[in-house]
Amino acid sequence: MMNIHPAKGPKAANGERLWEADHPTSLVAQFGADQPLRLDCGIDLSPFQIAYQTYGTLNADKSNAILVCHALTMDQHIANVHPITGKPGGWLTLVGPGKPIDTDRYFVICSNVIGSCMGSSGPASTNAVTGKVWGLDFPVITIPDMVRAQAMLIDRLGIDRLFCVVGGSMGGMQVLQWSVAYPERVFSAMPIACATRHSAQNIAFHELGRQAVMADPDWEHGRYVETGSHPHRGLAVARMAAHITYLSDAALHRKFGRRMQDRDLPTFSFDADFQVESYLRYQGSSFVERFDANSYLYLTRAMDYFDIAADHDGVLAAAFRGTKTRFCVVSFTSDWLFPTSESRAIVHALNAGGARVSFAEVETDKGHDAFLLDEPEFIDIARAFLHSAAVARGLPGAER
Amino acid sequence: MSVQEGLPLGEHPRATLRVHRADHLKVADMVEPGSKVLDVGCGEGDLMMLLESRGVDCRGIELSREGVNRCVSRGLAVVQGDADTDLDNYPADAFDYVILSQTLQATRQPRVVLENLLRIGRRAIVSFPNFGYINMRLQLLINGQMPRTENLPATWYDTPNIHFCTIKDFVVLCEEIGAKIERSVALDSYGRPLRLNAPWWFWNMFGEQGVFLLTRAHKKSPPERGEYVAP
Repeated sequence: MMNIHPAKGPKAANGERLWEADHPTSLVAQFGADQPLRLDCGIDLSPFQIAYQTYGTLNADKSNAILVCHALTMDQHIANVHPITGKPGGWLTLVGPGKPIDTDRYFVICSNVIGSCMGSSGPASTNAVTGKVWGLDFPVITIPDMVRAQAMLIDRLGIDRLFCVVGGSMGGMQVLQWSVAYPERVFSAMPIACATRHSAQNIAFHELGRQAVMADPDWEHGRYVETGSHPHRGLAVARMAAHITYLSDAALHRKFGRRMQDRDLPTFSFDADFQVESYLRYQGSSFVERFDANSYLYLTRAMDYFDIAADHDGVLAAAFRGTKTRFCVVSFTSDWLFPTSESRAIVHALNAGGARVSFAEVETDKGHDAFLLDEPEFIDIARAFLHSAAVARGLPGAER
Repeated sequence: MSVQEGLPLGEHPRATLRVHRADHLKVADMVEPGSKVLDVGCGEGDLMMLLESRGVDCRGIELSREGVNRCVSRGLAVVQGDADTDLDNYPADAFDYVILSQTLQATRQPRVVLENLLRIGRRAIVSFPNFGYINMRLQLLINGQMPRTENLPATWYDTPNIHFCTIKDFVVLCEEIGAKIERSVALDSYGRPLRLNAPWWFWNMFGEQGVFLLTRAHKKSPPERGEYVAP
């Protein structure tokens, strides 16, 4: 058996994780029976809640709000210490005082997507009607559902128009959905390392991950919370496979090569002889401590279903026709999960729709994950795009 | 405050000095303020900066990644793309002007590119190095070698310029595709305009580059010279 047990043991981690699902260590907006969330599957979700974090201060005319859309397994804790892992926020290269998403100038909001497990309603939350954890009874959600929920949160905060919506990967899909569904509410948009639809290859990778989870006997057909278990082995395997897709051959070679882990010779066994094996096992085991297996099924499904053109009679450009939003599309040379060709398709549709769009491909060997790593060229682009948008928006403090 | 001064990043030396290229100034003079412009092959965005400082709404396309990223970090709306393949994605009449500055000779299909410019924009402004320039002719005639100049220093084996033409060649192409020359000017090696009333052969011999303002014409018409002539 593989050595990928979570450090704290599945039971202890379960407790902390399940507690966060209902009682997030962040702000939370409750939506009662009078404000149901209408889902694409036809179900009205009610009641439900959205967990979110904010950084910086909303100005008097509420024109400086930036919504950050997090990726698949991330959450609202983008620029603070994570309540479960104790690690610093994942967006610290971009968000903070003096950073491109400058918390001294902008009011930054990040909400946990619905379907996730860090405090917004999802399969790990308690169903108020039954008093039990939702599990697979939670309705299947889509990217447009996530964005509809975010729009309700933005309404609750009294913000009419967002200065910018930013996100990478699944977050980038939300950015695109925002700009299509609420064009008049999005002054500028930064979809990073994403696509207007999930490719067959990416759906295939997601199916691999889901099958790994569901093949774990501890999954218990999604009812593992009731039996006090968690399919940590299956979820860890899913994470390991996904993690490879976030990197690149060059990055793995640079980081690990064929180097051995704490040994000079192969053990002629199936231990983690290679550093890259040890690294992947660590990625798998640390992931299951903080993430719910069913949430992983729901969120990967939401990405699979995403296809903007399909909602516009197959014509992508029609989705963006006449948009006033300023776009900055960014891709990374070594990203093979959302390759530059996907970003180029977005740009072609935006150009055909007459949008004001910038598009840059950043050269890096760090793969898909590059958007949250220290990539000076990308950080400069993000800073300059937001600055020029701030000047156009007439934001105070823009002319420093 | 100028657009340049508003940028938070390390300014490009050329931007801070604000010494504009002669052909850029000539091109910018052909653009009416308040219009919408696409700059194809915009490089590091110097012409776009000049136009935006004059209140023109500018978009750009640039092939090189370095150029694009430089433009985007200057706050310009520029996309990475290729004049030969990416112009097809733009709808007709999307811009008032489409500018192709010193780029035509580097395209694989200059004729198709030129036709695309006039489809996307109501007008096209094209500037290009004149291979009929006396200095070029003499280098080939006397040295027997492919010409190289200060503005075109690349050797024949590493130049990106694969489709050189003379001013005369360009005028012929305009006639062939039914493009009407609204305005034209030839610049000497210092970027100064040559006499407007000089004959074509004089421009073709002593112009280092040509700058042309084109519009669509339904039928072939003789090229107009010099300042704008109302149709």
